[in-house]
Amino acid sequence: MKMLEVRGLGHTYRGKDGTHTAIDGLEFTVDPGELVCVVGPSGCGKSTLLRTISGLIKPTRGSVSLHGNPVDGVPSDLSVVFQDYSRSLFPWLSVTKNVEFPLRKLTRRNRTTRAAEALAAVGLDGAGRKYPWQLSGGMQQRVAIARALAYRPSLLLMDEPFASVDAQTRFELEDLLLRVRREQDTTVLLVTHDIDESVYLGDRVLVLSKSPATVVADLDVPLGQHRDQITTRSSDAFVDLRARVAGLLTSAPARVR
Amino acid sequence: MSLIGLACFFAVWEVASRTDLVPGYYLRPPSAVLPRVVTLLGETGFQRALVATVLATLIALGIAIAVAVPAGLVLGSVPPVRHAVMTLVEFLRPIPSVALIPLAVVTIGTGPDTKIVLAVFGALWPILFNTMYALDEIDPLHTETARAFGTGGFGVLRRVALPSAAPFVFTGVRLSFAIALAVVVSTELFSGGTVGIGQFVLEASAGGLNMDDVLAGTVIAGLVGLGANFGLEWLHRRLFAWSLPRGGER
Ligand SMILES: Nc1ncnc2c1ncn2[C@@H]1O[C@H](COP(=O)(O)OP(=O)(O)OP(=O)(O)O)[C@@H](O)[C@H]1O
Ligand SMILES: [Mg+2]
Repeated sequence: MKMLEVRGLGHTYRGKDGTHTAIDGLEFTVDPGELVCVVGPSGCGKSTLLRTISGLIKPTRGSVSLHGNPVDGVPSDLSVVFQDYSRSLFPWLSVTKNVEFPLRKLTRRNRTTRAAEALAAVGLDGAGRKYPWQLSGGMQQRVAIARALAYRPSLLLMDEPFASVDAQTRFELEDLLLRVRREQDTTVLLVTHDIDESVYLGDRVLVLSKSPATVVADLDVPLGQHRDQITTRSSDAFVDLRARVAGLLTSAPARVR
Repeated sequence: MSLIGLACFFAVWEVASRTDLVPGYYLRPPSAVLPRVVTLLGETGFQRALVATVLATLIALGIAIAVAVPAGLVLGSVPPVRHAVMTLVEFLRPIPSVALIPLAVVTIGTGPDTKIVLAVFGALWPILFNTMYALDEIDPLHTETARAFGTGGFGVLRRVALPSAAPFVFTGVRLSFAIALAVVVSTELFSGGTVGIGQFVLEASAGGLNMDDVLAGTVIAGLVGLGANFGLEWLHRRLFAWSLPRGGER
């Protein structure tokens, strides 16, 4: 069974100044355990796609299914790392309490252990008592990731999770993601506008067109399980694939309406 | 630092009463009034008045919080109710509590209930409006984050809306304390009937025009407001450090 099935998915925002079709007729599936990257031009509807999958907004057309069950409302075994992570942490809660936020159904003791494990996994063992606004951007992003991981979702949705950290931190966080997803066998759908990142992280790369987004290409990434920031990125397979994605992105036709 | 303004005020007052700008008999200088403040605070009769006034203020503030916070939450989160009620609210809000004293005296009498009811009426609005607008200011991303982790409507209210609104609500409470105190003292002053600082001032001005006592009573009312404000601001910084720029670090 597919982990995620997206069929004919379309969404039109209705505002005071008319309507805006953000995504249209999206079709793809994700298998359990896969890490699928979604790339697309700025404003093409990537965040909208994640918001419909997570049940935060109801799509105007098409359907989303998780484990074969149609999504209607927020599914219980999914977590999201939002694009604007600094605003998605709760400033009135300590780092630990932020990570424990989704774990309300567990006993207090389990909650504490889970949060501590997740914080250790992202290298923030010592920061639990701090508040989000006392941390650097990269650390805040780790907290958001720890919170999503502590929830142990079967599907992890990430919206440009590494967009606003420096290159060094970004490499660390990418490898962190690869490691925990191997360890926890999580299925990940990750949105990025960075072509290199999509190829480095993904088992597959979905290339979206300009707004309204449709799937232009669905590419397998033949780089194997184990990746390394230096050797993988300089391998021929990586360079070829990156060029293909870049070509698809620049030539992606804006749909004639 | 923050006391410089107060010191200047007393200095100007001293000068004004020593020159012939105003009749010295009525505006007694602080050098006469402030010692009277100290002796007054030692007199049981006055202590009783002070406690009565502060207690009435606190009761009124408590009732105002109990009414205005839930009302603000409803008005802030249920638009139809807001539309239905806002005109009434905007009509009632500008009415000064003091203008309601005659009506309140006729309907409720001159007991302590009267000053409490009037103070509640005055103290409601800052708390109500701050609660209501705090809900508008909630970061939608906080709500979405909570929802994405399976938090339901009531959970979002309790775990996101309330904590993020709390600092604004608290600011409303701080503003309301001063209003409640002023209304309590005014009501005591205008309607007589109950023990309190206002009544003390009223009697001092009636029985032989004892201006030292009148002014000392007034100064003490001001000091109560000042102390409460200091205390509440301190509590605000402690409880809601997260809501201040850079956590309130200086
Ligand atoms: N709530 C909304 N109401 C109306 N229009 C919206 C809303 N949210 C997004 N849009 C519009 O939908 C389009 C797609 O937005 P979306 O945020 O999904 O794009 P994106 O691909 O995530 O962009 P970015 O790369 O900048 O993150 C944009 O043109 C945006 O203006
Ligand atoms: Mg986006």
